[in-house]
Amino acid sequence: MVLDEFYYTKSHEWVKVEGEKATIGITDFAQSELQDIVYVELPEMGKVINKGDVLCSIDSVKSSAEVYAPVSGEVVEVNEKLSAEPELINKDPYGEGWIAVIKISNPDEISELLSAKEYEEMLEGEK
Amino acid sequence: MSRYIPLTERDKEEMLKEIGVSSIDELFSSIPPELRFKGTIDIEPIKEEASLVEYFKKIEAQNRFSDKKIFLGAGAYNHYIPYAVDFLSMRSEYLTPYTPYQPEVSQGNLAATFEYQTYIAALTGLEVANASMYEGATATAEAGLMALRIKKGKIALAKSLHPQYKEVIYTYLEKQNYEIIEIGYEEDGRINLEELDEKIDNTFSAFIVGYPNFFGIVEDLKSIHEILREKKVLLITSTWEPLALALIVPPGKTGAEIAVGEAQSFGLPLAYGGPYLGFFATLKKHVWKMPGRLVGMTKDVEGKRGFVLTLSAREQHIRRQRATSNICSNEAWCALRVAIYLSLLGRKGLRKLALLNHKRAVKALEMLEEKGFKAKFTGPFFNEFVIDVGQDGEEFRDKLLNRGLVAGYPIGKDYPKLKNCLLLTFTEMNSPEDIGTLVKEMEALK
Amino acid sequence: MKLIFELSKEGKEGFHIEEEEGRIKLPENIIRDEIEEFPEVTEREVVSHYLRLSVMNYSEDWGLYPLGSCTMKYNPKVNELIASFFTGAHPLLPEELVKGNLRIFKELEEALKKITGLDAFTLAPAAGAHGEFTGITIIKNYFEARGESREIVLIPDSAHGTNPASSALAGYKAVEIPSDIHGRINLEKFKEALSEKVAALMITNPNTLGIFESNIRKIADLLHEKGAFLYMDGANMNAFLGKVIVSDLGVDVMHLNLHKTFSTPHGGGGPGSGPVGVIKELESFLPGPRLVEKNGNLHWVPGKGRIRSFYGNFLVLVKALAYIKELGGEGLREVADLAVLNANYLRAKLTSNYKISYDTPTLHEFVLTDETYRDKVSTLDIAKRLLDYGFHPPTIYFPLIVHGALMIEPTETESKETLDEFVDAMLKIKKEAEDNPNLLHEAPHTTPVRRLDEVGAARNPVLTYMEVKNNQNLEAH
Repeated sequence: MVLDEFYYTKSHEWVKVEGEKATIGITDFAQSELQDIVYVELPEMGKVINKGDVLCSIDSVKSSAEVYAPVSGEVVEVNEKLSAEPELINKDPYGEGWIAVIKISNPDEISELLSAKEYEEMLEGEK
Repeated sequence: MSRYIPLTERDKEEMLKEIGVSSIDELFSSIPPELRFKGTIDIEPIKEEASLVEYFKKIEAQNRFSDKKIFLGAGAYNHYIPYAVDFLSMRSEYLTPYTPYQPEVSQGNLAATFEYQTYIAALTGLEVANASMYEGATATAEAGLMALRIKKGKIALAKSLHPQYKEVIYTYLEKQNYEIIEIGYEEDGRINLEELDEKIDNTFSAFIVGYPNFFGIVEDLKSIHEILREKKVLLITSTWEPLALALIVPPGKTGAEIAVGEAQSFGLPLAYGGPYLGFFATLKKHVWKMPGRLVGMTKDVEGKRGFVLTLSAREQHIRRQRATSNICSNEAWCALRVAIYLSLLGRKGLRKLALLNHKRAVKALEMLEEKGFKAKFTGPFFNEFVIDVGQDGEEFRDKLLNRGLVAGYPIGKDYPKLKNCLLLTFTEMNSPEDIGTLVKEMEALK
Repeated sequence: MKLIFELSKEGKEGFHIEEEEGRIKLPENIIRDEIEEFPEVTEREVVSHYLRLSVMNYSEDWGLYPLGSCTMKYNPKVNELIASFFTGAHPLLPEELVKGNLRIFKELEEALKKITGLDAFTLAPAAGAHGEFTGITIIKNYFEARGESREIVLIPDSAHGTNPASSALAGYKAVEIPSDIHGRINLEKFKEALSEKVAALMITNPNTLGIFESNIRKIADLLHEKGAFLYMDGANMNAFLGKVIVSDLGVDVMHLNLHKTFSTPHGGGGPGSGPVGVIKELESFLPGPRLVEKNGNLHWVPGKGRIRSFYGNFLVLVKALAYIKELGGEGLREVADLAVLNANYLRAKLTSNYKISYDTPTLHEFVLTDETYRDKVSTLDIAKRLLDYGFHPPTIYFPLIVHGALMIEPTETESKETLDEFVDAMLKIKKEAEDNPNLLHEAPHTTPVRRLDEVGAARNPVLTYMEVKNNQNLEAH
């Protein structure tokens, strides 16, 4: 499942851009690959991050993955709920399973992201 | 034909036929001929069991310590091991299985490990403990690495930390370019609190201290923690005589957030240094940064209680180079022995044993003081202390060796200022008579 | 099942200690209370408890344990007797009192040198991963001494997780090299990745697919040309004993797993031992203490750094030496011959119904994929159903490059009858997967506990009995 209004990355993150803020999470494909998520190491508030840096890591029973920052900026919000309920990412990856909000420092980077269509094509290609 | 390989010549023929080759040699054809060894490794077999046993008995007979009275500690302790520990741990079901990755057929190991984790958490006054590390020194180095995952910064070590443990910490931490400093000690053998306050600031990640320290002295952890707390520096304790923790305030109750050490005292033979067992405990909030395996309790599909390896994503087989540690095989069988030992001794027995050790050491010091020897440090000790012998410690010990006594460890090897001292250790295995002999012989050499 | 703490009753004693008169010289404020969480049980109850727990374990003594890359071979019992002769020495006893113990270290080192062709060994590492860290650190120390800064260790994508983890621990960046269509390191990709920033390549040979890395000499030469080293993970040494001398392959550093190849018991996860061997050029970088011979006497001298307290997992070393002495050169070769025979026999019998991962000859182990059953059941289901048939399953989901991997290594210590029974079970399970997949989805059915809630265990970890006491849901049934 892929939502049209979001942007995507090759490493299966989604990005919702609202003004100068970008909300980030992982896609349905990514959460189904990880299976039951048991722990999310949330990023630090205020952390300044560059596009492509590791934002945080997610662990499931049998695997572990890193989430990369799709855009550069400062972490201004994190989804604290994920500490007690990491399974929200499995249940609702595009909604309640959001991970962090970044205040965008370089708006040009948004054009480098994949559109929903491009991401879908990429998934088809990987099959 | 080996007694360990259950294949007859007939079996081999049939198997080769099934595979479709005419000789075992053909099965190695994927190895280029120039890389194949055509000879035989030059080691003579000893096929008869009696001869094999004899061979090793002869080697052991070259050892010369069984008739000596030994007063050594400094990282390994002579405690009596109840025979039931051997009896139980030597069962095939405990000695020969693999790591419990298939929990449905490993509940025995997993439950025993869960008990071991419980014992260590309770002993250290902390909340969770892992299923074991290799031994005390690497456990201490890994504690430092864990602290650095919690908060980046420099590491401070007590000068009075076990010298071998310090060496290992340097070997591990230097490889990752972490800065390390050392904090000295006072006349009472405890940490120099002024120096601690002066040299440490909030750019430090953690301070690692021996508890008791290498001089056998029990540190004032509360005062140390007070200084560290406002600088947001983690307190880590390392304990290589864990019997002390049955008598002294556990690290977890003084503000330490990670407590590690060596569990050999609890049911593992001295065995010339190994296999031993590193224990590792911390607060639950840090559990995802902790190295090593963890056993958790859960339920099966029928609602039955069961145990399973858990939080595995921290480990090397999942996180690979991002893992909390590279540790895979640990000391699981040793941990089982510790659980059995502590179950036998129990709440009261362990306490009694600790008191007995301490009283013997106190009495020994009293007797030595009567003869004019002085303890080097004035601080409180558990079952070992540093004594000033008024002459070169190593030579003094060598002379006593000729009288059938191994009078402790010449601590001057690691602390040049203590060249005229010996680290003496007393456990329940040193009888009052033997202690009397030691004192007498030491007096004669004064 | 109950835990020991649930058997506790005030007033019970498991071990008697006579109390003594005497002074306590500890200030009141550092004395703790008795540890209230520790139980009070009698020896009789402790023995009964741990006996009951033990019978819930499958063990290598019981039967086949075909875990790939673990080499779960039979553990000779005489080695336990021999080890029991050596339990008494304190590690800090003066050297003249422990000449026998020092002799054990010397003899084992000499034997391992003969077996591998390498020039010097340290017997200190406590496990394979510890050996890997030690070996990579030796390489790092070499470069540091020359003032050379190299940052990378190359590692094949089929490697065991400890390889990249150990490299990271030693301060290196691990760079992955893909495997080719034959299951070997992709030589072209390796050449591309090779530069003067590379300190070493970590190779497992045979690799985790059981395949001989036939390009190893070429790889070694290319590495050496760039001043880099070849590290060999010796986990799969069982295929090489007496058949290949590792130094002939161009290997500079390797670790061995005594608890795999050399028959010491696994103990449920350890103790192991991971001795590290090196070529002459690297000898001065071995960690301490090192054993040297002077005037016919053996002495410990310092080395470069230290990777553990004292000298090594001594009793494990004794058992490994006893194994080597009993077998001798002929016996060691026989081990490799028959380990490879057993594995190829299983492969021949299973691959009519299961798909082999690579169509390449394999030695002492092989890896199946889930291709022939993936639409009905998973590799996990197959493994769990094997438990009902009384077998421990093979390694599952490793190496990562094979989908739904089933890695099978029978070792040489299994009879043809056992292997046939295992094949029989695997074929029956394959049929069940087709006819009645639910039987597998819900397996195991006959083990002491059935499938466990691992997700719950990770999301809400209960890691000590103190947490159980505070949680009514977890009372024993």
